[in-house]
Amino acid sequence: MNEKRRRLTAPDILYIAMMILPLLAGLVLKILTKPPSEGITITGAQIYLRVPMPIQDLLITESQINSWLVMIAIWGLCLFLTHGLKTRDIGVRQHIAEWIVEKTDALVADSMGSYFMGFAPFIAAILALSGFSSLLSLLGLYPPTSDINVVGGWAILVFALITYYKFKCGPIQYLKSFAEPVAFLTPLNVISEVATPLSMAFRHYGNVLSGSVISVLVATALQGLSRLLLGWLPGALGEFPLLQIGIPAVLSIYFDVFSGLLQAYIFAMLTMMYVSGGFPMEEYFKRKENKTCKSLGGK
Amino acid sequence: MLEIAIGIILGCCALGAGCAMIAGIGPGIGEGNAVAKACEAIGRQPESKGAVTSTMLMGCAIAETTGLYALVIAILLIFVAPNLLVNILLNAIG
Repeated sequence: MNEKRRRLTAPDILYIAMMILPLLAGLVLKILTKPPSEGITITGAQIYLRVPMPIQDLLITESQINSWLVMIAIWGLCLFLTHGLKTRDIGVRQHIAEWIVEKTDALVADSMGSYFMGFAPFIAAILALSGFSSLLSLLGLYPPTSDINVVGGWAILVFALITYYKFKCGPIQYLKSFAEPVAFLTPLNVISEVATPLSMAFRHYGNVLSGSVISVLVATALQGLSRLLLGWLPGALGEFPLLQIGIPAVLSIYFDVFSGLLQAYIFAMLTMMYVSGGFPMEEYFKRKENKTCKSLGGK
Repeated sequence: MLEIAIGIILGCCALGAGCAMIAGIGPGIGEGNAVAKACEAIGRQPESKGAVTSTMLMGCAIAETTGLYALVIAILLIFVAPNLLVNILLNAIG
């Protein structure tokens, strides 16, 4: 074997630290600020800081902090995967990076068409941010995606994109698109337009939140059951969490890993479908062709 | 008297949350149908497994929406509404 084991260089270590340190910081922050509570409770995001503002106080909550930590960690991951790219004799790192880029490009080309290829980085960013945010609950941290404010922000961003692409043929065409296929369906079309970001936000946040609520309920039930089974034993043996070993992990695989990643995929897919579906492609290209014909004719 | 009023508020919030989750029946049936049809399709054409699975997951996620609306209502009724309503009651009494 002439394969040499590559040693970690200084940038490698720096980027790996950039990936891991934010998560550790989140854990430390969580442990330091954990309010004393009895038993298992279901709470929303914890408020760390309250900045006074004229209309309403600005709250810096756990979900904001955690999503920034996830963003820094993803940045570190991207830098780690893509630094020192080579054209030949590429390593595992570059293979992974290329695989990610190729897969996202294929996904976007598949479901949006070649006109929207510029969307690939955005879709990859949504996938990574949403997926890693949901996976944060594996570490025991509060997943930002189970806060409606975070997911609602993403949904509003997607709504702005949809509206921008619907406006591509001018405001008249945009208003006309509401009266299709029949004029008296206009109110329903307006409602469905508003319902798009609402349902996207509710879907993502509801799935993640319901998972964590069910996990807490099951953990409490198992605690009660194991007390019932072993409570008659003396001392510390009676408090032994017999049923809490292993069983919550199975639920966690479904609710934290599978459901979280599936919701990331679905959010990205819906973004692509709505944006490419809202864009009046034929009309736009017809106008563009007419414009170029006119300008050529004028010359 | 006040205790009874607060008790009624709490109890009705819990009842409302329970009633709201009846909506879970719909997505259950719908997703079951979707998965059954997907299994049939895969059984007929095993080579289209990937495409059928991803389309099915997509459809399941969209069918789930009504159930999630109910879930959001139930969560609001359990965690948000009692505080709000009790505050309104206390303000009204003064």
